[in-house]
Amino acid sequence: MIVLKEKPLEEVMENLAGSKRILIAGCNGCAGIYQVGGEKQASFTAELLEIAARLKGKDWAFVPATTLRQCDRQIVATTLRPVAEGCDTVLSLACGVGVQTLVEVFEDKLVVPRNDTMFLGSQERELEKFHERCSACGDCVLYETGGICPITRCPKSLLNGPCGGMSDGKCEVGGWKKDCAWFLIYERLKKMDRMDYFTVFRPPRDFRVSQYPRELETTFKEADK
Amino acid sequence: MLGEAYSELMRSLKAGKFVYTGELEPLKTTKLDEVIEAAKTLKGHVIAANITDNPTAFAYMTPLIPCYFIQKEVGLEAVYQVTVRDRNRLALLSDLLAAGALGIKNVLALTGDHIVVGDNPQAKPVYDLDSATFVYMLRKIVDEGVDLNGNKIEEPPEFNIGIAANPNAKPLEPEILKIERKVKLGGDFIQTQAVYDVEVAKRFLGETSHLKIPILVGIAPFRSIGMMEYMTKFVPGIIVPDEMQQRLRRARERGGREAVQQENVEIFGDLIRDVRKTTNAAGIHIMAIGFEWIVPKIIERGSN
Repeated sequence: MIVLKEKPLEEVMENLAGSKRILIAGCNGCAGIYQVGGEKQASFTAELLEIAARLKGKDWAFVPATTLRQCDRQIVATTLRPVAEGCDTVLSLACGVGVQTLVEVFEDKLVVPRNDTMFLGSQERELEKFHERCSACGDCVLYETGGICPITRCPKSLLNGPCGGMSDGKCEVGGWKKDCAWFLIYERLKKMDRMDYFTVFRPPRDFRVSQYPRELETTFKEADK
Repeated sequence: MLGEAYSELMRSLKAGKFVYTGELEPLKTTKLDEVIEAAKTLKGHVIAANITDNPTAFAYMTPLIPCYFIQKEVGLEAVYQVTVRDRNRLALLSDLLAAGALGIKNVLALTGDHIVVGDNPQAKPVYDLDSATFVYMLRKIVDEGVDLNGNKIEEPPEFNIGIAANPNAKPLEPEILKIERKVKLGGDFIQTQAVYDVEVAKRFLGETSHLKIPILVGIAPFRSIGMMEYMTKFVPGIIVPDEMQQRLRRARERGGREAVQQENVEIFGDLIRDVRKTTNAAGIHIMAIGFEWIVPKIIERGSN
């Protein structure tokens, strides 16, 4: 899922400085599932900001409302447009995609992000952590790297094995605390008896597949209707 | 079978001579005097000197310029170190063409320490290529006279291609496999990270003997006890045997800095001798940045 991190409230309040009536737009997609942007967080954020507004003497009114997912323009338009009536600003609790979808729907309103969008991650419940696992590079090599992504998990995105910064299976980046991705790949491929994948030469990447801004034709148009 | 020799270094390696190379570091300055002086100290004792490329991700003068000047003004052959950390394939090619124009004949292809360990950790890392794909690109440039995309280069540069290796790597197997990969792609010679224990060198040379590539074993004497302590504490993978540490500490107690340097000469001279006599190393790469004067002394002792 897309992992988000709340911006400091002070910063958000500064960004709302000129606003009067603010729609607090939650998202029940990635942001809502475990994290910072669902229905509960939308009402909580409204309460929190109301207290802050009182303390700072701000004349703010808040309207919390949450949608299924903010990355779908149609859903946003049908669910949020009616409640946004009279609001000059939208505070989005979603990712950067949600924020920009709101901008496209609400052409006349200021849209402010509540969060910093961090990465595509997987959750580790016991350690209460999210781990970055995919860079959406558009050219997946996981089939030959033991299912461990060197693009994302190696800070240098190396394609052809570990560098000199590997020691005892750890990485020079971050003070030898994190695993070297190529060490993990080596261990896994060895266990699977697929060292042929380890030694295969991967030529220089073609970065055109990840040249932003990217577009993709949807293939489910008919089924959707 | 060793490939074409374009440099003095490669010609000597092909002739089976035991060679020494040194290392020089351009700093954050426009001045060249220090690096030229250091090159003069090395001249006559080493066959070539590496010039580092923003080592440990500290931004210094591009090595191209000192490479040119030590060849022209000192007559010491340069090994142009190039990392893929700071330049994409376009910038790398631009610099390699410049290197060719300046008469540089050796390139050491490196990944480069990550930017976060350097003096501008906020910068955006590049890593368009890795050290393996960089060797692949170098081979295309030198052998086929084309860039990665097959675009023709007029008067392509002639380089011998060095690759790096870490005999201290743990586990060693993935490192060996990576070296094997870089050798298959066309590396001409290897210069290793610093080794402090002849047993580490023996094991490494044993594990790589099937590659039939000349290997220069890296050694790095200690400028001071402080540096030794820093290396052993903070640079993972560097294992300095206890006995070596004790000898240097005792030397300091006995006679201060001077005694430490004398002990250095003995320790590292003897290490060279042991590597020379007990392994099939093709030579020694000596890293003594800032105290190059020690290099001739170490080599002299190691040659006995």
